[in-house]
Amino acid sequence: MNPTPILVIFIGSIFTNNILLASFLGMCSFLVCSNKIDTAVGLGSAVTFVMAFTTVINYLIYHYLLVPLHIEFLSYIIFIAVIAAFVQFVEMFVERFSPKLYYALGIFLPLITVNCAILGASLFMVIRKYNLIQSVFFGLGAGIGWALAISLLAGLREKMGYSNVPAPLRGPGIAMLVTGVIAMAFMGFAGMLSL
Amino acid sequence: MSNNSQNGKSGIFKDGGCNGKCLETLGNGVVKTNPIVYQVLGICSALAVTGRVETALVMGGALIFVLAMSNLMVSLLRSFMPRRIRMITEVAIIATFVILFDQFLKAFYWDMSKQLGPYVALIITNCIVMGRTEAFASQNPPFLSIIDGAANGIGYAIILALIAVVRELIGSGTILGHVVLSTKWYQPNLLFILAPGAFFTLGLLIWVINAVNPSRQTEDEK
Repeated sequence: MNPTPILVIFIGSIFTNNILLASFLGMCSFLVCSNKIDTAVGLGSAVTFVMAFTTVINYLIYHYLLVPLHIEFLSYIIFIAVIAAFVQFVEMFVERFSPKLYYALGIFLPLITVNCAILGASLFMVIRKYNLIQSVFFGLGAGIGWALAISLLAGLREKMGYSNVPAPLRGPGIAMLVTGVIAMAFMGFAGMLSL
Repeated sequence: MSNNSQNGKSGIFKDGGCNGKCLETLGNGVVKTNPIVYQVLGICSALAVTGRVETALVMGGALIFVLAMSNLMVSLLRSFMPRRIRMITEVAIIATFVILFDQFLKAFYWDMSKQLGPYVALIITNCIVMGRTEAFASQNPPFLSIIDGAANGIGYAIILALIAVVRELIGSGTILGHVVLSTKWYQPNLLFILAPGAFFTLGLLIWVINAVNPSRQTEDEK
């Protein structure tokens, strides 16, 4: 059992232990979808939503199904199946009941299945031995942290469109360096609290 | 190009041989279309495990194994897989090999398994593996697919080792745990062990490689 208070887990997973800037998860879609703020915010909110729910579902499955049956080693394949199924379900649900939301988030949903941040959140939840309430806040916080990071980079990249970046550094190169600077800024929170 | 005619007689090589493309496939994976530098895929783990050379090498080995084996399986099953459930089948195959490697690490190298943490499991969602099984193994014969998988794995491992050497050398003055820069006169730059150092090192590496070899730069630069 992990004794960390839930408020510390929530704030910590957004700032000090940001899942993208400190654990490097979800980099692929982070680099590809960070050219425009609108896209970044849309993807960020979809990731937050899916992450918060899949972490809880995976918590329940892990502790009430896999542990009693002693098949914890299957957790990876079960987790990824849960995430894929959940994304599929959300896509159908949203399409049926809220077409407006579907047009806003729909195109991002298939991308999320292979976003390593989602699977990473479930794995951290197991490794750090969170209980149910802690898992809820960790999933939510990690999602918000990821959304915050991708929105920040998208804002900077939109501004960078006007600057003269050396040719070999354009594209992924400069994005990595800018992310490094953002990560340094987030390290400033490190003294505040830690997970 | 000649090994096709030599091996053309035996059945396995007619169907599964590499038709003279072995070296080409190998070169493409390791150098020409290197997954990290030119396609910018699979960088999550490239950043996370490169604080020390040792972890980077184990991770490289893991990816070579998983990529070669899942490429082989997908390639063998490619004519039986219905198109609609193709993705989920591929994920299941990849996850199986990742679990195998993870159990192996846990059984024989517990410390290493602890240090790599969730990143071995995250090979399942590594874009390189999904990309190669989907783009290459689902359309090519088994033997060539193994080579393609291994080649991309080796290309990934080489870049990982490069980043790790830079980060461990500057960050703690050692390589594979051996002291190279003595702390008597060298002040280790801790930033390179921490997260920002990983971003800077990979960014600079991409810069150097694109500057040396400008023709290879991706088209979607903006």
